[in-house]
Amino acid sequence: MIHHDVIVVGGGLSGLRAAIEAKRAGVDVAILSQVHPGRSHSGQAQGGINAALGNHPDGRDDNREKHAFDTVKGGDFLVDQDCAVQMAEDAPRVIYEMDHWGCPFSRFEDGTIAQRPFGGAGFPRCCYGADKTGHYLLHTLVEQAYRLQVKMYVEQYVASLIVHEGVCQGVVAYDMIRGGFEAFTANAVVIATGGAGRTYSNTTNSLISTGCGMFMAYHAGVPLKDMEFVQFHPTGLYTTQILMTEGARGEGGYLINDKGERFMEKYAPKFMELAPRDITARSIQIEINEGRGIGGKGYVHLDLRHLGAEKILERLPGIRDLAIHFEGVDPIEEPIPVVPSQHYWMGGIDTDVNGATVMPGLYAAGECACVSVHGANRLGGNSLLETIVFGRRAGAEVVRYLETLTDRRPNARSAFAAAQMMEQKVEELGVREGKENAYELRAVMTEVMKDHFFLFRDEAAMREGLERLLQVKERVKNINLRWTGSVFNVDMIRTVELEGMVDLALCVAVGALERQESRGAHFRTDYNTRDDLNWLKHTLAYYQPDAAGPRLDSKPVTLGHFELQERKY
Amino acid sequence: MPDIKFRVKRQDPGDKKNPEAHWEEYIVHYEGDNLTVLEGLFYIQEKYDGGLSFRYCCRASICGSCGMYINGAYRLACQTNVKHLDTDLITVAPMPHLPLVKDLVVDMDEFFAKYEYIMPWLIRHSSDPEKELIQSPKERKKIDMPVDCILCGCCYSSCPSAWGEDNYLGPAALLKAHRFEVDSRDEGGKERIARWNNERGVYRCHTIMNCVEACPKELNPTEGIQWLKRAAVRRKLLGKAK
Repeated sequence: MIHHDVIVVGGGLSGLRAAIEAKRAGVDVAILSQVHPGRSHSGQAQGGINAALGNHPDGRDDNREKHAFDTVKGGDFLVDQDCAVQMAEDAPRVIYEMDHWGCPFSRFEDGTIAQRPFGGAGFPRCCYGADKTGHYLLHTLVEQAYRLQVKMYVEQYVASLIVHEGVCQGVVAYDMIRGGFEAFTANAVVIATGGAGRTYSNTTNSLISTGCGMFMAYHAGVPLKDMEFVQFHPTGLYTTQILMTEGARGEGGYLINDKGERFMEKYAPKFMELAPRDITARSIQIEINEGRGIGGKGYVHLDLRHLGAEKILERLPGIRDLAIHFEGVDPIEEPIPVVPSQHYWMGGIDTDVNGATVMPGLYAAGECACVSVHGANRLGGNSLLETIVFGRRAGAEVVRYLETLTDRRPNARSAFAAAQMMEQKVEELGVREGKENAYELRAVMTEVMKDHFFLFRDEAAMREGLERLLQVKERVKNINLRWTGSVFNVDMIRTVELEGMVDLALCVAVGALERQESRGAHFRTDYNTRDDLNWLKHTLAYYQPDAAGPRLDSKPVTLGHFELQERKY
Repeated sequence: MPDIKFRVKRQDPGDKKNPEAHWEEYIVHYEGDNLTVLEGLFYIQEKYDGGLSFRYCCRASICGSCGMYINGAYRLACQTNVKHLDTDLITVAPMPHLPLVKDLVVDMDEFFAKYEYIMPWLIRHSSDPEKELIQSPKERKKIDMPVDCILCGCCYSSCPSAWGEDNYLGPAALLKAHRFEVDSRDEGGKERIARWNNERGVYRCHTIMNCVEACPKELNPTEGIQWLKRAAVRRKLLGKAK
């Protein structure tokens, strides 16, 4: 058994920022991560991070209030407005801090941090480092974690929480390098494990974005909030769904259909290609569905050619490389084939503005959490911001929580039992005579999510999808492990996490069926308008060990700063 | 639906019955005309052998997890499309000259210890301004190349100077030193120079340039190291910290 005051699960931007905050306050904190922190999914973010710095010539009149308003409107008013105001308020200071720590932001001529226009934003407020902003921010925080000597347990797959009398007291982790499970006790745990994009077959996300932190909390009785709201990015590469940043359109790129039209004119005449993602993604899908995909096929073109080689090489070198390597297309010469692709998880572990969950000792930050600042649809550039703002806030809150504790000795028996339970579970998976193949079931689940819970939803299709998910859940009981070795057992991780992923998929399905309206990313063809009278509320999903799906509840949205209005762009 | 043969180097040092390295062959089926080596490895892991171990994460050539030795060259498995290898046999081995954990997974502890040793963070002594530190586009351009390093370890594994000298910091760590030394915001010249200006540091680089060839991001660690050598002389002669 290993003990630290605070354990952070996940070494991406949120986890690193939380750990750095706690460490700076003198707390003994450790990060447990499935991959080396520098390899986290945060590094795939490209376009930038929002803050009303006003560095852009067209952004002189920008301010924090306008950032908060754009966020609330972008989220189709399902945003808790006090939280959005707080995020916009914190934004400039956390960005300046990242600069002081060495983040290589691109620069304007006057030497200030460069900013570009981004979707759904009234001003160019997206701070960027070429089109590799996530990579740069991530490495900057990794460097700071090394500087501060934050303890990092690398390649530890966290499999469950240790809960003693309703209080979170640590985690159980599989040591991928040395083998075996170990209990890590702590007085507080911060979950920062990112989204669950891999529940969809068409995702921009990393292969490790399986939502493990979400389902660990969910299984421990913590509610998940607004799980039916899943973001589909307008522009994933056609064959691999690898992300082509919104920054490509921020820099002036066009979306073009088979007739050569900039079709966004029909859907968002004012914002054009820079409408919020939900609207842009649906517009693309309508073009495809109505036969105006390129050559009648299932994609449209992202055309950057008019930007010229110089601008592409300076501002968008990363996506150029990706398009060349993964699609065989050089954007300087040819338009890029793109499709809407699962991208971001608006829902997640229900937390307050400081990352606290309903369970004492358990905190969450970043994509796995739902504060909620994104509501029904997140604006581009707000997710990197979320990681740093709320990672920092969660780290500070954990320090305050520790000061309130009188007894700081986690219960050893509970910790030991939790570790033993995981060992038994895996052992049983190995000897079980199951007929089902985990990878086939995973493929069924991810296809169901893509086919039944994508951009356009309706009752009949979702019912069918739910049925199929329930079948998968039943069949998961009969999977077995084919390889039972102890070191770097990829088979075990991918088998164990399937069960939790199915539960998350069920939260999406049940929540989406229940919500009889269209709001942000959740669009129903059978209820195609927003219904504030009945549905201006958050969905809460609770795990029921004895039932197949979640129990749903709701809670009110915090208003008070901005008036509700119809969303037009 | 084309088939392609994968030849994968397998070894489980912890397997008492069969701890030796050996090659195994698998036929990988795929649809369309695209298959990355990483996708091929997942196919093998899912269809043939759950016990195959390899690192993976982003599958978009930015996380640096899947550096391997593929058909005689250092490559990222995710970035390598089999059709570009122009052969019907794909040979996959772990990065050589690094301790093996299992199959295609190598021990990166030493790599990261050396990274940490060169103090890979911005060092500041002046107090920070309320806003950002001003850095001109021209100054920013100087760090364009080294900030794109993904720490995959290909350069480190490929460096003959590192093969023969366990204490040599190697190209990745030194490129990171270069990244901070050329950053106009950094004030750590005095502290950091002692870490790289010695026989375990820049002078162990004999400009063999394997690292340049190995780098899947097309960076140039050798250039960074030569810059450091010149900077050391300049500082000695001119008495400047940076």
